[in-house]
Amino acid sequence: MAIRVQAEDFDVGAELAALSDGNPSIGGVASFVGLVRDMSKGDGAGGDAVSALTLEHYPGMTERQLAAIEAEVRARWPLDAVLIIHRHGRLLPGDRIVLAACASAHRAAAFEACWFLMDWLKTKAPFWKQEETPDGARWVEAKEEDEHAADRWRQQAP
Amino acid sequence: MRILYFAWLRAKIGTAEEEVAPPAEVATTGDLITWLQSRGPAYADALANRAVVKVAVNQDYVGMDHPLAPGDEVALFPPVTGG
Repeated sequence: MAIRVQAEDFDVGAELAALSDGNPSIGGVASFVGLVRDMSKGDGAGGDAVSALTLEHYPGMTERQLAAIEAEVRARWPLDAVLIIHRHGRLLPGDRIVLAACASAHRAAAFEACWFLMDWLKTKAPFWKQEETPDGARWVEAKEEDEHAADRWRQQAP
Repeated sequence: MRILYFAWLRAKIGTAEEEVAPPAEVATTGDLITWLQSRGPAYADALANRAVVKVAVNQDYVGMDHPLAPGDEVALFPPVTGG
């Protein structure tokens, strides 16, 4: 199964090994692992300490949108295998949130497809993050730069 | 018609889902939001800024002019922040 939405952690090494096992035409696997950061807003300066992150999602629609993203990535690049694992529930700094991986005969397709997966997932998969900070819990706001990153791919539709 | 709310929309409105029977003149998703806003201060506050309200009907993203049918599952939520 190429799409999984789960509360449990995952084993990156085992998942990547399983992705290419038994298919010697795969020349490379590119992957991205998203982690819970201990600071909000990403810049360090001006950010707040984050002690936990809770991911809410829309069961049913999440799987449906991730399947649509997988279909889109497969239409754009010649891929032998695609994997998306996304966790939900309460996570702590350092915990894994998401794994995206693409296997292809050549590295360019694998790298580009993996980048695309993350850009589209960030703007289309129905997940919402709530951070626990010293000032209390607060919902993470969507970033405009994420929309721009996704738009970049829209301009080069297959 | 079943309506689901997520993230801060759920928190502000105070429920994750409800069954509603809007009047016949509520024909589109935009009409539905206008009608929901009239249901009380919590709804009015949560739905005040449509720029930050996303809508899905039967688990697909739609615009504010999407037609509604009685058995639809409508979800209202803020812009997504996964990944």
